[in-house]
Amino acid sequence: MGSVLLTVSLSGPDAQALGHLLHKHPDRVQTFELPVGTATVFYPESTAERVTAALLLEVDPIGMVKRRLKSRDGATLTDYVTDRPYAASSMLAVALGRVFNTALNGRSDSFPELAASPLPLRIRIPAVPVRPAGRDQLAGAALVRGLFEPLGWTVAAHTTPFGPDGSWGEAPYVDLTLTGSVRLADALSQVYVLLPVLDNAKHYWVGTDEVTKLVRRGEGWLADHPLRELIVRRYLVSRPDYVEDATLRLTALDDVPVDEPDDAADEEAPAPLKVQRLETVLDVVHQVGARRVVDLGCGEGHYLRALLADPTITEVVGVDVSARALARAERRLNLDRLSDHQRARITLRQSSVTYRDDQLAGFDAILLIEVVEHLEPDRIASLEAGVFGAARPGHVIVTTPNRDYNPVYGLADGDLRHPDHRFEWTRAEFAAWADGVASGYGYRVEFRPVGEVDPDAGPPTQLALFSREGP
Amino acid sequence: MTELHIPGLALVALVGVSGSGKSTFAARAFAPYEVLSSDYCRALVSGDENDQAATNDAFDVLYYIAGKRLDRGLLTVVDATNTSKEARAGLVKLARDHDVLPVAIVLDVPTEVAIERNRSRADRAFGDGPIRRQASQLRTSLRGLGREGFRTVHVLSDPAEVEDASIVRDRLLNDYRDQHGPFDIIGDVHGCLDELLQLLGRLGYAVQFDNSGHAVDAEHPDGRRVVFVGDLVDRGPATVGVLRLAMGMTAAGHALAVPGNHEAKLIRALDGRDVQVSHGLESTLAELADEPEEFRVAVREWCRGLVSHLVLDDGRLVVAHAGLKEAYHGRASGRVRSFALYGDTTGETDEYGLPVRYPWAEEYRGRATVVYGHTPTPTLEWVNNTLCLDTGCVFGGRLSALRYPERETVAVDALAVHYQPAKPFPVASAQRGEDELRLDDVVGKRVIETSAMGRVTITAENAAGALEVMSRFALHPRLVPYLPPTMSPVATSGRDGYLEHPDEAFSQFAEWGIEQVVCEEKHMGSRAVVYLTPDGGSVYTRTGRAFFAPELTATLLSRIQDAVCAAGLLDELGTDRLLLDAELLPWSAKAGPLLREHYAPVGAAALMALPAAVEALTAAEARGVEVGALLARTTARLENARAYDAAWQRYVWPTEGLDGVQLAVFQVLAAAGASFSDRDHDWHLGIADRLVAADPGLFRTTRRQHVATADAASRAAGVQWWQELTGAGGEGMVVKPLANLARTARGHLCQPGLKVRGREYLRIIYGPDYTESANLTRLRDRNLGRKRSLALREYALGLEAIDRLVAGEPLWRLHEAVFGVLALESEPVDPRL
Repeated sequence: MGSVLLTVSLSGPDAQALGHLLHKHPDRVQTFELPVGTATVFYPESTAERVTAALLLEVDPIGMVKRRLKSRDGATLTDYVTDRPYAASSMLAVALGRVFNTALNGRSDSFPELAASPLPLRIRIPAVPVRPAGRDQLAGAALVRGLFEPLGWTVAAHTTPFGPDGSWGEAPYVDLTLTGSVRLADALSQVYVLLPVLDNAKHYWVGTDEVTKLVRRGEGWLADHPLRELIVRRYLVSRPDYVEDATLRLTALDDVPVDEPDDAADEEAPAPLKVQRLETVLDVVHQVGARRVVDLGCGEGHYLRALLADPTITEVVGVDVSARALARAERRLNLDRLSDHQRARITLRQSSVTYRDDQLAGFDAILLIEVVEHLEPDRIASLEAGVFGAARPGHVIVTTPNRDYNPVYGLADGDLRHPDHRFEWTRAEFAAWADGVASGYGYRVEFRPVGEVDPDAGPPTQLALFSREGP
Repeated sequence: MTELHIPGLALVALVGVSGSGKSTFAARAFAPYEVLSSDYCRALVSGDENDQAATNDAFDVLYYIAGKRLDRGLLTVVDATNTSKEARAGLVKLARDHDVLPVAIVLDVPTEVAIERNRSRADRAFGDGPIRRQASQLRTSLRGLGREGFRTVHVLSDPAEVEDASIVRDRLLNDYRDQHGPFDIIGDVHGCLDELLQLLGRLGYAVQFDNSGHAVDAEHPDGRRVVFVGDLVDRGPATVGVLRLAMGMTAAGHALAVPGNHEAKLIRALDGRDVQVSHGLESTLAELADEPEEFRVAVREWCRGLVSHLVLDDGRLVVAHAGLKEAYHGRASGRVRSFALYGDTTGETDEYGLPVRYPWAEEYRGRATVVYGHTPTPTLEWVNNTLCLDTGCVFGGRLSALRYPERETVAVDALAVHYQPAKPFPVASAQRGEDELRLDDVVGKRVIETSAMGRVTITAENAAGALEVMSRFALHPRLVPYLPPTMSPVATSGRDGYLEHPDEAFSQFAEWGIEQVVCEEKHMGSRAVVYLTPDGGSVYTRTGRAFFAPELTATLLSRIQDAVCAAGLLDELGTDRLLLDAELLPWSAKAGPLLREHYAPVGAAALMALPAAVEALTAAEARGVEVGALLARTTARLENARAYDAAWQRYVWPTEGLDGVQLAVFQVLAAAGASFSDRDHDWHLGIADRLVAADPGLFRTTRRQHVATADAASRAAGVQWWQELTGAGGEGMVVKPLANLARTARGHLCQPGLKVRGREYLRIIYGPDYTESANLTRLRDRNLGRKRSLALREYALGLEAIDRLVAGEPLWRLHEAVFGVLALESEPVDPRL
């Protein structure tokens, strides 16, 4: 069990109205059993000048794991020891929404005018998670300020030293105090929406009604927020279809012209290179007249889809070492909905380039697209023996990043393009490797550029086409 | 009583018209599952034994089953009429495809008897016509059965004879499984008599000479026997002398022999067939010309009597001149003989005009050791449990022998270059394929035979899970000869405030019949395996990943090497390599990101949130609001969070390169040719202590305590020891049978250890508040069965991997067991155990 805390203070002449506005009596302790845990509302402070209400949510991590296990196929050790019982997250937002529902809607029978007016409020949440997430540059206290200051709050966000003797810098949480003159319903709505936004990745109750909630709770402040796009995206965590939907409805709501969200950012390589690579590879496949093609390291099936769409290709085999990737490829290619004839053209198969797989023998071409750089250097000989020695297709098409080009991307010397890359070859290194393989296994090799060629650095991706000579 | 002799492995075709009594005969003469009946298969596919429309499908089923049985080396009887030539041709082909001998047993009873029998059976309403047709088919084919390919044909021509006949199964000619040796297998002699005599002397044989001074026999005082791999003749100076000795030894029961391609050619030459007299045959024929006719006849008969390959020692050893792939072991067919004599040729010839041979040994995955000759090689090299003994003696190389089962080789140098080879000798060693691993070696459902606990099954799902990790993250399989097993925790304690306690470990081992255990400090690091080899080695995690980048690993290995040398371990163990089981500290060296991104933030969040909550509740209580219980709970949580935050921090200390890195070795897993699972833990820890003495900066000692599980005082001392260890922040301990590899009182493989983790350490595993009694009650309901079973199976696989490493088995065999451990690790079990 843990305890997640939020306090709301109202000061000034109307301080004593807080209990009415929140619909919770200052001298009583009220508890609510919620799906996320037990919420308790009590008042640590109640004077003529200031009244403070506290919402304490006790989260049961063991029950949480049991719930998560139902939706996933297994748990890892880190599922059992988490910050959920302590950090203010979507769970606190859920509790807030349930316990202070009336206040959140701005309704007050006894003090309607106070409910409708800005009041001198102070809200404190002692552990707000502020981890950097994805491509957002803003993190930490700066993100908190960026989210709350435009709404009229004075933000105090303190963090604590972290790690052994504080040697790891600042903890990824802030002790947040918001002070300002804000309508209570707005204040609660803003906390309700922005807590999951700050927590980003850990918000796991996204459903279609989340869009409705976001629209309702964001009314009057979200449409003009400078970080609106970030808020919407992170609130609805990585569900692009919801993002679009919600964005459109929000802009419509506030009579603002529809502008597409700035969401072109594919986190991998810039999209054009991916497309260019695919086109170049398909050109080469056509040029050599390959009809039976293996994509070794097919991942989720980007190339398989293109090969299937090409009627000159009679047989496509997608091979990957990851069973999960193959399952995703199967879904993405809708294999279960293909006609018998189409279905017969494609096979998915788990295998590994570091083991010799006799099922891969006898094809016209094997594609190794952005695969070699994911292998440890001492395993490449196994790949060579398996592909060039045992499978011996008519052609092998290999693409890999050109390290010479990395400075054009602004990468520092020695930096690689992807954390899983074990190395990246310069053009000279790639050519030396390819020539060695070709002469060792009886192939001839030629090279192609992929992507826009830089006069000094060459193309971003390099391609080698190996063609078998003799048996 | 008629005895029908048939080979022990054969495809037996019963031939006879409907009603001739085949099924009755088969049921009496053969075991139930040996007989495949076409009627039965018809019923399987159609529901009706007599549904002629189902005949084709029924035979598909029959052939399929027969094929599977023959693959597995099982005698199979086909109970169908088989009166048509086409039907029999199919069976002959089936037999040949599986390299077994086809046998026909004809039940040639009078047609009228068969017709009479059928009339009396209500289910056979097809009249007499078909039977008469079958009978006429049978009569025309009776005499040609041998020509059709049946190697044995028995005809039983009246009902009484059928009733009286019994089956006698003859051992196959190549079946020497009951011969267990020991053997000395000798490579291609090619007429090099002097070298052969020297080699026999070296092997300890006493050679006997006849009155003329010819060597005619050689006998070993220990009863060992020679096995010649063939090619005794041709090229060399004394083929007749070699033949005389070999023939004498086989006649006296002191030797066995298989023929080589040169013997096969010699037979044809002696038969007067037209052969090209070349490749050394000319010298043999010249020598034989000087011998009396009876000697030439004896040579011819002796060569003729040789069987192309021998299966020895319960199938564990196969000798054939040019080797033999597994599917052909113990089989008999033209192509088996051809493979054994000439090898697997690709049909091409090389630049010297010699046939290009297919490297079957590189693909060999059989369990039997295959020893052969035929292809001269400069050095003796095991390839996938096969060994070529032809070291080109006649070309000026050496004459080699393999002592079996010792697997030691003995060789003598050639006294001269007796014959100029067609291509230069020695040739450079061909590119070895032994390192090559095949997908089929690891994926799919696999059953791995282990010496410690028999068969261990790996499911296809688990293997699929391991494939990705092994391919993408693990070191090269050559550098990962072993993976450590998971370890089970002790049974859950019912004691107040404890989830795990030493008492349960001591009781458990006592129950298993283990009287002496050793408690070893559980180090606060990551499990590490150190593989130290003359050319470097590896230091890797429990999933086979490298701990450090190659340069740093090399530095670490050389430091370990120095300590191992300083401690005199290599000399003492007579080895140039070592496999060590250890813990690498600190945990943060491997798990830095996990600590920083996960465990540390939990503590930070708790210590920000809880004090504020306590403060708010204290203020409320001071106002007279009833929050006492909640305040007490929250205050306790704050204490737990502080304890948690202290617990994980003990696993972190700064490291820079190797500075700060420590290794706690606790077991010597293997050295060259030796494993040490039978040495007690005192021995292992004693060696670890010597490493600590040699390099106290790098090595860390493992504190330990002996406990006698039946002695209350000793157990109490063990508990006390654990309390002190964990009280001072230690992670816990592992309780192991002192003797190391142990069996329980009931004879099962015993768990190699049980971990008893400290109360504070478990906060990192079960959460800061796990010690609250409500939580403990819930957590006590944990199921250890699956974890225990996994731990044991992984232990057995690990031991097997070590056995295979030590026996010098090929990489794929080692990797199979290692991969099995990783595959089992992918099985979902409660990760907190």
